[in-house]
Order: sequence, then structure tokens, then C-alpha cells
Amino acid sequence: MFEIVIAIAILGGLGLIFGLVLSAASKVFYVETDPRLDQLNECLPGANCGGCGYAGCGGYAEAVLKGEAEIGKCNSGGNECAQAMAAIMGIKAEAVTRKVALVRCSGEKTYDKDGNLLTGARVKANYEGFMDCLSATKVGGRGPLSCKYGCLGFGSCTKACKYGAIKVVNGIAKVDEDLCVGCMACAQVCPRGLIVAVEPGRNVVIACNSMAKGAVTTRGCTVGCIGCGLCKRICPNGAITVTNNLAVIDYSKCDNCGLCATVCPKKLIKDSNVENLPDPAVIHSRNNPDAKVK
Amino acid sequence: MEAILGIIIAALLSQNFILVKFYGICPFMGVSKKIDTALGMGMAVTFVMALASAACWVVNEFLLVPLNLGYMQTVAFILVIASIVQVVEMFLKKAVPALYKALGVFLPLITTNCAVLGVVLVNVQEGYNFLISVINGAAGGLGFTLAIVLFASIRARVDKANPPECFQGFPIALITAGLLALAFMGFSGLSIF
Repeated sequence: MFEIVIAIAILGGLGLIFGLVLSAASKVFYVETDPRLDQLNECLPGANCGGCGYAGCGGYAEAVLKGEAEIGKCNSGGNECAQAMAAIMGIKAEAVTRKVALVRCSGEKTYDKDGNLLTGARVKANYEGFMDCLSATKVGGRGPLSCKYGCLGFGSCTKACKYGAIKVVNGIAKVDEDLCVGCMACAQVCPRGLIVAVEPGRNVVIACNSMAKGAVTTRGCTVGCIGCGLCKRICPNGAITVTNNLAVIDYSKCDNCGLCATVCPKKLIKDSNVENLPDPAVIHSRNNPDAKVK
Repeated sequence: MEAILGIIIAALLSQNFILVKFYGICPFMGVSKKIDTALGMGMAVTFVMALASAACWVVNEFLLVPLNLGYMQTVAFILVIASIVQVVEMFLKKAVPALYKALGVFLPLITTNCAVLGVVLVNVQEGYNFLISVINGAAGGLGFTLAIVLFASIRARVDKANPPECFQGFPIALITAGLLALAFMGFSGLSIF
């Protein structure tokens, strides 16, 4: 009986002493933290995707608190998050639109039953090295595709994506806009710089990155941009420019009318509405009732 | 002096806590994806193991042994280790915030690292004196660091390789750990005295 009492007393005493030491230490080593830090952390999604350029949500919250980072860098949180953070910091934030990744390549490979290429980029050689896009671009001839700019489809972006939002389908990477948080981790690993951030739900996108001359592009891929400039000429807003044999949309001017998609000879400008709206004039008047087609 | 050297060699190689005694496998698998975090974890564990060896020797020698409470060793030592980790955490947060941030969540997790409890219990079982206990703790921690850094560097290479799909991730890591342990078995005959 006596032994049990001693054991309880000793261990209880030890626990008490350590408890006291710890509570004293917590006073001595007390570090003051700004209560706003916790509030900022609560606003952020907590996904730690790193899209803002900081190690995680905590790192970004601290940088905002110190005034080192701007509000609105969190793609995943979007406008709601930016406004909430601005309210905590007592400043005004501009409206932030959500962005998702877009792979600027249409070279989806389809074959007929004899194995002849119907659409997409031509494969000029078989690659059997590390199944990684960067490694594939380092071999002679800059990889297995005839197109020097297109998606290689070895899935480096798929591996980089923490959210399973980007998958390789028929040889090229495709983004699931519902799953994408816009961290752009995929863009950082793509050796060909194909992936850019766009607003989700955009109808009109130019999905090609080929800066080769038209004839070279055509030899390499059935759906490559040849820089013909038809889209540039039809665009009522002057949103499209052709530089280095490649058409590029300036989204600050684009109003999603979809005219360019109707004229693209290579059908690589994607417009989700194009099939339902056959007449360019109708499409344009839908978006700009007052304007005339050029 | 020779005995001390023997203990250091044993704790580092032939009786390595992870790869020969299989203590502390949890951080060994969990924190070995990157070499720098593995090194940080190793250094923190080394520090805690040395400190815990010292504190537990005092508690054992002056409290438990005189009062015939040897059977309470495990419980008492866990109490000591948990408190030490807490104090170390608070101290680092105040004094070296950079290191505190670098270690992050691994710091409190050292409490549950069984290599720390293991080294303390070994000290008592072998009847080491105060100095030898601390040396054994520090060398054991360095052995832990050696193993985890070696493992992290191998994993960094394995990540770049292309194992069959069913082996990707943890399966190949476990096999790697097994082969590394096998290699360390080669030290088992190593004794200088």
C-alpha cells in the first residue's frame, strides 16, 4: 500500500514540477503574435498549394501582415478571400477573378483503324527514357514530336498537380477547370511553357504554341497555328495579334464573341458555343448590339 | 576513453537506432522526402536525445532508484521527454525563430519518436554513468541523422527513377529502407576492442 502511495506521489510530483517549469517557460519564452495573423490564416483556403509564391498559406498570411505581399495573390481563394483579407488589414482590394490553367496545345492525337494519324501532332520517333517531359526535350531532335512547341504528354504537369486537375488524354494534357485551383504548379514544370492562367469558363481560347513558320507547323501537326491572321482580321475588338507566326488573344479586349473560332482554318480556336451559333453576324450582334461586323 | 569510442561507434553504425534496432521508423519514413528537412529533423532529434539522456539519468539515479521505483521508468521517462521537447520548442520559438520555422511540425513530433525513449532505456539497462549516457544519447542521435540523411538522398534518386506503378511511392521506399538496413547489418561485426 505504502509503495503505491510513494509511486503516485513521486510521479505526481514530477508531473507537477514539469508542469510548473513549462508554465514558467511559456511566460519567459512568450512570443507575441499579431491576432490578425490567425484571422488571415482563417481566410485562406489552407490548401498550401504555393501558387502565391510563398511556402504555404501561413507564409503568405505572414507576408501580407508584414506588408511584403499584396492581397489577392491567392488564386484558389479568389475574390471572396481577397476581400476578407483586405477587411482584416483595413485596406481596399481590387476585385480578383479566379484563374485556372490552360494548356496551349490542341495536338490531341487520333488515329484511324490502320494506325494512320487523323488529327494531332506527328510523332517522329519513339522515346524510351525517363517518362518526364523535361528529360524528353533534352534528347536529340528536341523530343519525339515533330512539333517543337507542342505538349509532349509525358505528364510532368500531372505529377506536379496536387489536386488531380490535369490529366494526359490522347497524348496531350487537359485541365479539369472544376478541380483546378490555379496554383500554376504545372506551368512551372512544363519545359515548353505551354500552360498559362486564364479565367475559367472562357469560351474562346487559342490552344497552340507553335512559333514555327506555317509550312513547318503544318508538317508537324494537323491542328497547329500557321499565323494566317484570319482571326485577327475578323476580331471586332482588335483583341488578337499575330506575332512569331502565332495568334494570341488579349483577354482584356476579348468579349467572348467567338467570331475567330468560326474562321480558323485549322479549327484550333476553341469556342464552346460555336456549334450552336453558325452565323458570325448573329454571334457578334449577340454580344455587341450596336456594333457592325468589320 | 576506449569505452567511449566503442560506444560512439556502436551508436553510429553497428547498433544504429534506426537501421539495426528499428527504433524511430515513423520519422524515418515520414520526414525523409527531402534531404534538408531530414537533416533538420536529425539535428533536432540529436539535441533532444542528448538532453533527455542527461535529464532521465538524473531522474532515475536520484528519484527512481533510491525509492525502488524502477518499474515506473517508462512512464517517468516519457514525462521527462515530453516536457523537454516542449521547453525546447518554446526556447527555439523565442531564441531562434528561423530554426523553429524550418523544423515546423517535426519538433513536437520528436516526443513520439521511440528512438529517444529507446536510448534512455538502453542507458539505464546498461548502467551507464552520466557522461557515458549523454555521449550515448548524442551519438545515437547522430546515427539517426546519418541513417535518415542517407535514406533521404536515396529516395531523392528513386523518385526520379521509373519503378513499376504498383511500387511507386511508399512500397519502393520500404524496400529501399530494407536494403539500407541490410547494408548496415554489415557493420554488426564491427568492434574495435
